Amino acid sequence: MQKIIKPCGLHCIKVKHLGVQFGEQKVLDNINLHMHCGSLTAIIGKNGAGKSTLIRAILGDIPHTGTIEFRDTKDGKMQKLKIGYVPQSINIEKNTPISVYDLIASYQTKFPIFWHKKRTVYERIKRALKVFEADKLIDQRVCNLSGGQLQRVLLSMAIMDEPNLLLLDEPVSGIDQNGMELFFETMDYLKKHYDLAIVLISHDLDYVAKYADHVALVDKTIVKQGTVKEVYESKEYEEIFGKDSEEAWIDVEEDKLQEEVRKTSDIAKKFGVKEE
Amino acid sequence: MNYLSWLDYGFMKNAIIAILIITPLFGIIGTMIVNKKMAFFSDALGHSALTGIAVGVVCGIKDTTISMLIFAIVFALLLNKISKKSTASKDTIISVFSSCSVAIGLAILSKGGNFSEYSSLLVGDVLSITRKEIVYLVMIFVATIIFWIFAFNQLNAVAIHKTLAKSKNMKVEILENLFAVFVALIVTVSIKWVGILIINALLILPAASSRNLAENVREYHLFAVIISVFSGVLGLWVSYYTNVATGPMIVIIASVIYFATYFVGGRE
Repeated sequence: MQKIIKPCGLHCIKVKHLGVQFGEQKVLDNINLHMHCGSLTAIIGKNGAGKSTLIRAILGDIPHTGTIEFRDTKDGKMQKLKIGYVPQSINIEKNTPISVYDLIASYQTKFPIFWHKKRTVYERIKRALKVFEADKLIDQRVCNLSGGQLQRVLLSMAIMDEPNLLLLDEPVSGIDQNGMELFFETMDYLKKHYDLAIVLISHDLDYVAKYADHVALVDKTIVKQGTVKEVYESKEYEEIFGKDSEEAWIDVEEDKLQEEVRKTSDIAKKFGVKEE
Repeated sequence: MNYLSWLDYGFMKNAIIAILIITPLFGIIGTMIVNKKMAFFSDALGHSALTGIAVGVVCGIKDTTISMLIFAIVFALLLNKISKKSTASKDTIISVFSSCSVAIGLAILSKGGNFSEYSSLLVGDVLSITRKEIVYLVMIFVATIIFWIFAFNQLNAVAIHKTLAKSKNMKVEILENLFAVFVALIVTVSIKWVGILIINALLILPAASSRNLAENVREYHLFAVIISVFSGVLGLWVSYYTNVATGPMIVIIASVIYFATYFVGGRE
């Protein structure tokens, strides 16, 4: 487990001219992004804007153009970038006999997990889980965890390798308000006490406003980036979120209303309510 | 009545040895097939055996086990590759491949009207197993166990989340292809005595039953192996006294165990 150290602020990850193409279609184009240790960068944008693709490109999961550099700005030396990744969800069905220990150990050790539970590995995983108050979950089945619990487990795993960069892909889905608050507080704690940069895809603009140091608004490329204030007050933000999001909200309300009306008339038909 | 008298026959001895070697493998590899939702894939592999034999007959290969093995491996790798590249859903692709290869196999084998020669493949015959085939089984048993010891963790990691596994420098494609090859190997060497129609049940049922009981990966493996071996041995024994084909008998017992575990362990 990583020792708690103050972020030095000298490590810098630079994404330069990153582009991704699926066949003929350009999904991302000319992405430039700087991330410093001890800072939380939030990536926002609409569905299909390429946020998840950006994360996958940085991870090296899909081919991309451009470069990703990791430097110590103090002596300018290039280093190998270690990335911790927290995915949106994992493929574990209900009723799957995989415990939290099994999940983490499959990624962290070579010793066959089907043979027996290795004491040293068990202790190591437990220590990592403890950072996020999830050590009691170690023997539980992963499929029975709540959204918030699973997220803490995945975070523990991501931190185990002492990454320089922590990538989180929409991790707040399926979590209640309390859980969200806790999650963002944990992020805040991490960036202040660990030597790493955090990049987070988020849909919750209010929490981003409260916690992010740097915001990047993505729509195929980064249309606007800067501090929360700079981005939220920009015309690009207005174009993407401003009116649309309000309209979407109204749509939902209207749908609900119509649904209600339809239901009532259905019932009326069934039972033949007398009109007064 | 002497309950062990059946072991006096040489062919029964071979049969029980074969069952003791191969059923643990069914249990072990089945756990991953069920986790990865590859039941349809392994089913298609079983069907491809017909084509493998047909290809062997056409090419004049005497030992059709060899042609079956080679064809199944090529088939598995091709299936893996195309279902990854294609935009159509995986089960559609598998279905197309599977029916296409069965049709080709049937067409070739039925030419001249002597398909009945091969119809024993459909239900299998465990009593026909030879010493040479047992040697094959031992080789595959050893290879699979070695593969499992070295690759299981990574296979599990890939099954849980590909991108996450890739970010930990795991060779996702090689692992998936190797797994497909091992499934192909195990299916083809057992097909002659289990039968094409029900081989998939032997892969799926022990693991599926085990899931109803197990809490973690260790229990999952242990129960699957126990259930698989138990159904195999009991199935052979019962089939000897009832004069029913062994493959179906094993599957019937495994199914009964599945339903029993479903009711015992049906907590969710």
